[in-house]
Amino acid sequence: MPKDSGIGASPKRREDVRFLTGRGQYTDDININGQLYVHFLRSDMAHAKINGIDSSEAEKMPGVVRVFTGTDFEGVGSIPCGWQVTDRHGEPMQEPAHPVLAQGKVRHVGDPIAAVVAETYAQARDAAEALVPDLEELPAVIDMKEAVKDGSTKVHDDLTSNLCYDWGFVEENRDAVAKAMDEAAHVTTLELVNNRLVANPMEPRVAVGDYNPGTDDHTLYTTSQNPHVIRLLMGAFVLGIPEHKLRVVAPDVGGGFGTKIFHYAEEAFVTFAAKQIGRPVKWTASRSEAFMSDAHGRDHVTKIELALDAENNFTAIRTETYANMGAYLSTFAPSVPTWLHGTLMAGNYKTPLIYVNVKAVFTNTVPVDAYRGAGRPEATFQLERVIDKAARELKVDPLALRRQNFITEFPYATPVAVEYDTGDYEATLSKLEEIADLSGFEARRKESEASGKWRGLGVNCYIEACGIAPSSLVGQLGARAGLYESATVRVNATGGLSVMTGSHSHGQGHETSFAQVVADMIGIDDGMVDIVHGDTAKVPMGMGTYGSRSLAVGGSAIVRATEKIIAKAKKIAAHLMEASEGDIELKDGQFTVAGTDKSVAWGDVTLAAYVPHNYPLEEIEPGLEETAFYDPANFTYPSGAYACEVEVDPETGHVTIERFAAADDFGNVVNPMIVEGQVHGGLAQGIGQALLENCSYDEDGQLISASYMDYAMPRADDMPMFDVDHSCQTPCTHNPLGVKGCGEAGAIGSPPAVVNAVVDALQSGGKNVTHIDMPLSPNRVWAAMQGA
Amino acid sequence: MSHVSMKVNGKDAKGEVEGRTLLVEFLREDLKLTGTHVGCDTSQCGACVVHVDGKAVKACTIFALEAEGAEVTTIEGMANADGSLGVVQAAFQEHHGLQCGFCTPGMVMAGAALLKENPKPSEAEIRQYLEGNICRCTGYHNIVKAIMAASGQDVPQPAVAAE
Repeated sequence: MPKDSGIGASPKRREDVRFLTGRGQYTDDININGQLYVHFLRSDMAHAKINGIDSSEAEKMPGVVRVFTGTDFEGVGSIPCGWQVTDRHGEPMQEPAHPVLAQGKVRHVGDPIAAVVAETYAQARDAAEALVPDLEELPAVIDMKEAVKDGSTKVHDDLTSNLCYDWGFVEENRDAVAKAMDEAAHVTTLELVNNRLVANPMEPRVAVGDYNPGTDDHTLYTTSQNPHVIRLLMGAFVLGIPEHKLRVVAPDVGGGFGTKIFHYAEEAFVTFAAKQIGRPVKWTASRSEAFMSDAHGRDHVTKIELALDAENNFTAIRTETYANMGAYLSTFAPSVPTWLHGTLMAGNYKTPLIYVNVKAVFTNTVPVDAYRGAGRPEATFQLERVIDKAARELKVDPLALRRQNFITEFPYATPVAVEYDTGDYEATLSKLEEIADLSGFEARRKESEASGKWRGLGVNCYIEACGIAPSSLVGQLGARAGLYESATVRVNATGGLSVMTGSHSHGQGHETSFAQVVADMIGIDDGMVDIVHGDTAKVPMGMGTYGSRSLAVGGSAIVRATEKIIAKAKKIAAHLMEASEGDIELKDGQFTVAGTDKSVAWGDVTLAAYVPHNYPLEEIEPGLEETAFYDPANFTYPSGAYACEVEVDPETGHVTIERFAAADDFGNVVNPMIVEGQVHGGLAQGIGQALLENCSYDEDGQLISASYMDYAMPRADDMPMFDVDHSCQTPCTHNPLGVKGCGEAGAIGSPPAVVNAVVDALQSGGKNVTHIDMPLSPNRVWAAMQGA
Repeated sequence: MSHVSMKVNGKDAKGEVEGRTLLVEFLREDLKLTGTHVGCDTSQCGACVVHVDGKAVKACTIFALEAEGAEVTTIEGMANADGSLGVVQAAFQEHHGLQCGFCTPGMVMAGAALLKENPKPSEAEIRQYLEGNICRCTGYHNIVKAIMAASGQDVPQPAVAAE
């Protein structure tokens, strides 16, 4: 029987009532008395020298309070990067300055040149049109391979080239991998593009800055996945505001998917301008602005080689990737193609030798950073595509080839520096065969053929590293932050709890699932537990939500803090019942003395903690509030197997998703309903990448997919009903909940299944197509068919 | 500035607006009904769907002045008289048809309008009707289920489970 409360149950989300009745409070719903509005003038050129900006007309426009340009920020810090990668020669990456407003040059379409602050939005917009920037256009650098050639125009004149870093991993394996390639019985090679995407949370970014001159306190309301990180980055590195004088609030946030992790110039601008002007300043991005200012995702150009011996065992993998950084280094950009990508190249397979080379490149495009999956989709895509291609070349069953090479013993140390603690790849693949009814595929293919369609089946496995991340490890890898999480559990006198977590919920339902964990541990009703997040004034510290880390890291901190609460409560209960602390048991919210009928209720103990008349004051303090910081011992390693069935219209190249099944191993599951919802959403984003979405620049650096008219977002009629299963559970061994994380799996695991399926469909139609780059639009599929 | 008056969620509402003021701006900025959201600037996303004289309308596609004298219903007006969730709202909660909640007001308004036009829509009809509403969180799976359930029909199952 499914449980109806606590861990493993699917209570309805408590967040939903406010969202369903229009009572959510998103950042754009916040308005402060006396607030002004800012509109940014953004570059319409990809690369240009700024000779000057004439703001004289704009300043005379109605309602205009002040016009800011880059020179107003000359004494202000640069937008910082949070991760320093060391290249294969031991040198640090090249790290350019990133001013709040452009200084000297603009480097991508959308780079902010000036800002108009006015009484109303309309006035700010009108006045921005009266600004006259004198821009001298320079050649734009868009193609990564062109950008790293000698003599290429430089995005940053003060850097030696457009190469941010040339990373080798594991560098010591380079020669051994080359030798294994030479000696292999078979090598399959695949060149591919992992297409540039825009995360597109439905809520565009918003920032409101406020300043109190009476107390010198700054407040920033912002659409962030990690308000404490913004407080640190903006306070310490950009504006020089100590953390105790800067409050950052991220209230209800309408989706993030990675793009709201990063510290953005607009946040620094409104905080800075609010103090300069002495009035609150609000910025709300339009969707068009979001397309040219939100960090983009993916954008890798890759060549992968898979070596196999005569028995089809994988012997080596070599991969070379060009990774687009865009014009500036976004907060975590350097880590994505390296430590979140290279470390995953073993996948689910026991390949003894792996070498990963990544060249990160500056171009005149919007900065690129983490987007749902971040590095892991890029690793999974190339690996699972090249395995499928190898199976076709060797004329073996692609599932059998995978099975033959599965890692089967755990813990397993990969040749790319990580150790998988648990997993059972055969279990998820077998489960997939069952739920996807793979044995019925041939019959369905015949049905499709009868109606004039080519049907294809694509299957792939995936593994990801989540629960980011052990601080000591990421410190060695170049992170300029720790990646622990904090929690404070405050028990009130009457027994209710407020749990302050550094994780941030922007759709994940933490207010429901985290409460389930605490309530389960104490044995009380979920409704007695409130989850508080998203405000640096309320939550002591937080590293935020990304990398499927909230439950694995943030939830673990909550468990540790709750354990401290229970330990102290047992001391109080022992005193109240005049028993030995070691004999106290807590079950269903009742403290009992083992072997007796004595008991006190949870509420009796919490009341005693705050009304300590009969209380062990000489032993413990009054009150019941505990904080824990949890730093994970390892990443977590969710894994799974996905199957996609498509139909291709031979006349048009149009692809439809007929069935999609996902068998995941997330370890233990707290709220199955929420987990399934996370997988559905991830699948839609992965299918979107595979079939629809493409962020496209022309050769001059114009962003030609800068609205929903041009960027194909997945719509309801693009998607099938999904068949998802998470019954294969190998619990994580190193966190107290045994959880692995589920937020990114769908986006990581689905693109190769779709492309494998389309290739299979075309092959079944007699077209010798071995690869098509995403998105598999009718145009691209049809073109591939003509050439084959 | 021009005077505009309309009925919003059953109450008289009026204000002074510019000719270019959109209905969604009037609702959010003047009436402080912030449940209606703005997710794009090309009338593609549907986060701002409200009902104008009973029909689903993207509130970013009409000027406030065009709604002069109209009966407008927003997400704030969708609950039952006793404050409990209306049928479509309740189905969205029951079937986990929302995550971040940002597209949700538009989805609920669109879903309610669909059921008024077509009380027993098929799965395909629901998906087609939602063409103008984008959700980035749910993959639409549970939104389709919720609207189906709100219509009193069995919720659709994935291909295999249905066999």
